Amino acid sequence: MSLELVCPAGNLPALKAAVDNGADCVYMGFRNSTNARAFAGLNFDNETAKQGIRYAHENNCKVLLALNTYPQTAQSHIWEQAVDDAAELGIDALILADLGLMRYASRTYSDLRLHLSVQGSATNYEAINFYYEHFGIQRAVLPRVLSLAQVENVVKNTSVEIELFGFGGLCVMVEGRCILSSYATGESPNTAGVCSPAKAVRWQQTPNGLESRLNGVLLDQYSASENAGYPTLCKGRFEVEDEIYYALEEPTSLNTLELIPDMLRMGISAIKIEGRQRSPAYVEQVTRVWRAAINAATQDATHYLAKEDWMTQLSKLSEGQQHTLGAYYRPWK
Amino acid sequence: MKISLGPILYYWTRRCVLDFYEQVVNWPIDIVYLGEVVCSRRHEMRFNDWLDVASKLAATGKEVVLSTQALLESESDLKVLRRLTGNGRFRIEANDIGAVRLSTGKPFVVGTHINTYNGETLAILAEQGATRWVMPVELSRDMLAELLVKKPHGMETEVFAYGRLPLAFSSRCFTARRHNLPKDDCHFKCLEHPCGITLKTREGQSFLALNGTQTQSASIHNLISEIEDMRQLGVDVVRISPQPEHTGEVIAAFRAAIDCVVSGSAAQAALAPHLFDEPCDGYWHGRSGIEQSFRLLS
Repeated sequence: MSLELVCPAGNLPALKAAVDNGADCVYMGFRNSTNARAFAGLNFDNETAKQGIRYAHENNCKVLLALNTYPQTAQSHIWEQAVDDAAELGIDALILADLGLMRYASRTYSDLRLHLSVQGSATNYEAINFYYEHFGIQRAVLPRVLSLAQVENVVKNTSVEIELFGFGGLCVMVEGRCILSSYATGESPNTAGVCSPAKAVRWQQTPNGLESRLNGVLLDQYSASENAGYPTLCKGRFEVEDEIYYALEEPTSLNTLELIPDMLRMGISAIKIEGRQRSPAYVEQVTRVWRAAINAATQDATHYLAKEDWMTQLSKLSEGQQHTLGAYYRPWK
Repeated sequence: MKISLGPILYYWTRRCVLDFYEQVVNWPIDIVYLGEVVCSRRHEMRFNDWLDVASKLAATGKEVVLSTQALLESESDLKVLRRLTGNGRFRIEANDIGAVRLSTGKPFVVGTHINTYNGETLAILAEQGATRWVMPVELSRDMLAELLVKKPHGMETEVFAYGRLPLAFSSRCFTARRHNLPKDDCHFKCLEHPCGITLKTREGQSFLALNGTQTQSASIHNLISEIEDMRQLGVDVVRISPQPEHTGEVIAAFRAAIDCVVSGSAAQAALAPHLFDEPCDGYWHGRSGIEQSFRLLS
């Protein structure tokens, strides 16, 4: 019974923070549009990737590489080159979403371990088993839309390892099936590896308060007493039938610390911490808390309790200082 | 170039659905997609009701395709899916890779909710039995042109050409949330919103539409001015997404444009009175989806 802790590495300092604080795996991306966190100033080139992989491997930590955007025909070679580079670098697994790229990777590097990215939108075992039969994927990351009972049913019906999101930013939509961002800005996670991209964001102080706009579309207005968070499209306040509210989702984070014993019982293989865009200090604190919690639950699941101190620390790191069990807890739906 | 009628994305009463398909018989369309794509709680039409409609339409010479639900979460969702893929008569439109797995070896249509962004992916789907694919709505005409160079032999291409754009799926129901109801006890509020609920920005701009677990564009994606461009690119089918009123007029306008009975601008003008929100066509032109490149004639 083990649950791998998979932590985000947006850059080399974050990678080291994750490794030093007990991550079993780190995941990273290259510095281009081949991964779904293609933010300016983030990610790895071949040289920093090499350093990061060496550091992680010296400390018994695995390194996963996300190539989880969808190659567009004319640029497919960029994604294939990224697969080649990753194999050459000695990555432990690739995290892929696109069928074509999966075929390329599985045919070219038959020994390279493949994970199905959350961007692959596989929410049922029929889909996961398709990827297994055709490309030999060994793990699937589930979108943040299933209840715990539904997750358990998936686990029971596939031999593929299942990885769940445990903590961090909460996508309210099925990953890989949300193009709200490109509807407003022209760039989406699928095509460009970005959601509500920073270059499209404008903040403006007005008589109505502080306004956040995404490519001109008003996402929210904040009074002086309100905290203004990053303007992710689905977490703005909108008007629906004359009422103004968070029509899709509040600014909140996912936190499943209290579900670790359930995940162990169900046979979940790994838990993923979101946040390649977050600071090394964030990665350090979140990794430390989750390491302690997983250790405690693994030793004694029956008496495991998410400690108040852990929850407080995680709450401080959460978006809007709020957290939720998301779809794992059915009433959230 | 053929015209298809997409599946009804909204929740209409059984009576409305049956009346709607009574009219479809007389509309100048070639293909009809039937079934529930959005939410498993929508039960006004049962499996056999859909098969009845399918049989009636097929008897009038329309090609009928059964569309599968996009987001599959539970074992009962999979049960419905297996009935669809095993129906033994009609092709299905697979809107999830799970549906592809269950259709392998039989001819099927790759739905718009499967992420087909390049020729390699389309080739793999063709090997499974796909005979037609519906382009993901965020792809531009330039991306389509590049992809079609690598199109597998015999594969038909369909483009979502009219209607509110399907932009996202969630397990959360935003219509139930609007009414402060839990999803499991939603009182079927979607029945009150036959084209979704318009979501506006705080300065009154129509932005999105809430349709249960689906989020759509508020604007109506409209490619009637692009018919000639699509034809030259090799698009085989244009899809019209049903709306509660005037779908017949919309189809007539597209038919006239396709048959070159009227000019692009005249077709645009004929369509204008039937748009129930602002038009948009940005995705086709490689821009943000919400943008509109051509001014409608007033």
